Amino acid sequence: MKIAVASGKGGTGKTLVSTNLFNVIQKSGFAVDLIDCDAEEPNALQFIHADLISQKSVTQNIPVIDKEACTFCGKCEAYCHYNAIVVLPKLRHIQVVEDLCHDCGACEYACPAGAISWKSKTTGTIRTYAVNNGSSLIEGRIEIGVYSSVPLIKEVMKSSHHRQLAIVDAPPGTSCPFIATVSAADFMVLVTEPTPFGLNDLKLSVEILQQLDKSFGIIVNRAGLGDHRVYDFIAKNKLLLLDEIPFDPRIAKSYSEGKLITDNMPNYHKHFLQLFSRIKKHLQYDRNSYT
Amino acid sequence: MKIAITATGNSLNSKVDSRFGRCSYFAVYDMDENQTKFIKNPNKEAAEGAGPAAVQLIAKQGVTQIISGEFGGKAKSILEDLNIQMIMLNGPEKSIQEVLDLMAINK
Repeated sequence: MKIAVASGKGGTGKTLVSTNLFNVIQKSGFAVDLIDCDAEEPNALQFIHADLISQKSVTQNIPVIDKEACTFCGKCEAYCHYNAIVVLPKLRHIQVVEDLCHDCGACEYACPAGAISWKSKTTGTIRTYAVNNGSSLIEGRIEIGVYSSVPLIKEVMKSSHHRQLAIVDAPPGTSCPFIATVSAADFMVLVTEPTPFGLNDLKLSVEILQQLDKSFGIIVNRAGLGDHRVYDFIAKNKLLLLDEIPFDPRIAKSYSEGKLITDNMPNYHKHFLQLFSRIKKHLQYDRNSYT
Repeated sequence: MKIAITATGNSLNSKVDSRFGRCSYFAVYDMDENQTKFIKNPNKEAAEGAGPAAVQLIAKQGVTQIISGEFGGKAKSILEDLNIQMIMLNGPEKSIQEVLDLMAINK
């Protein structure tokens, strides 16, 4: 069971929610994983005390074209859906644009001359840290200069056992890395804020989740700030409002010191436990409604 | 010698398209024949790799210079490899005809 915490807009509080949710579940004695899929800037580790237990590299294959064997027929280029191969028969020029390659293998299948072999390229690292009693933090970190974090995110999402409860810190935005995370999650928590920016990006996220047929709930962070339009949107579309986290300067202070609000403020510990029971209740209801 | 100019439409009155890989048309001017033909860019809406695909398209035409507003990183490195000169056009919007006139003056 994977619960992914996402938001269209960066800086709305995804990491705040995912780390604190993980913390209260883990401290109440349940084994849970925290998966940090924000691979371009993973930072959950800054809030969680954990020991590194394993790490592995994630690689992708990149085609290598043997220019002696190549007949410059252009079939590989025609088969490549991602414009990753440039062929100019007259100039006897062929090249692979590595950043665009999705490692699908179509070019090798297309090549009648057997001119394509493969090399391996490291795209990122997955590190697993032990936290407590069977709970762990799994972090995906992309290699600098790698164009897409999608293949890495897919691997990171597979690193947690499917039976284990996992809280996922999703990447910001609503593009491919977000979709790669969402596709492998069972339930989504969207964090927003009551500002025009928060609303704009919430709408984008909701649209995608509805298209993907994912069930989700919404948390309004920094409640008390801005205006009521986020609430109007939630009410009008009959969306599930899971929680509100108040606009509280103590939260910002605690966050900036790398401390969890559920550790140093008892009222927030209780708050997040209640949030977890609401999510559980909803998942139970959801599961029943499908069977 | 052939020169390509990125264009927003398929006539000499069309403006220069400021984007290379995702332009609407390529105006390919053949200096020897003093003729311009327009090629529709099939990769305008490509999800990824519009730049490299555009390089391939114009290189197949035997173009040695390309005029546009800007070039993306991937396209740039392939154009360099192929020895195709990139000319960036700044300043006020110009039509294809105006660019061709400018080139005739500077010849």
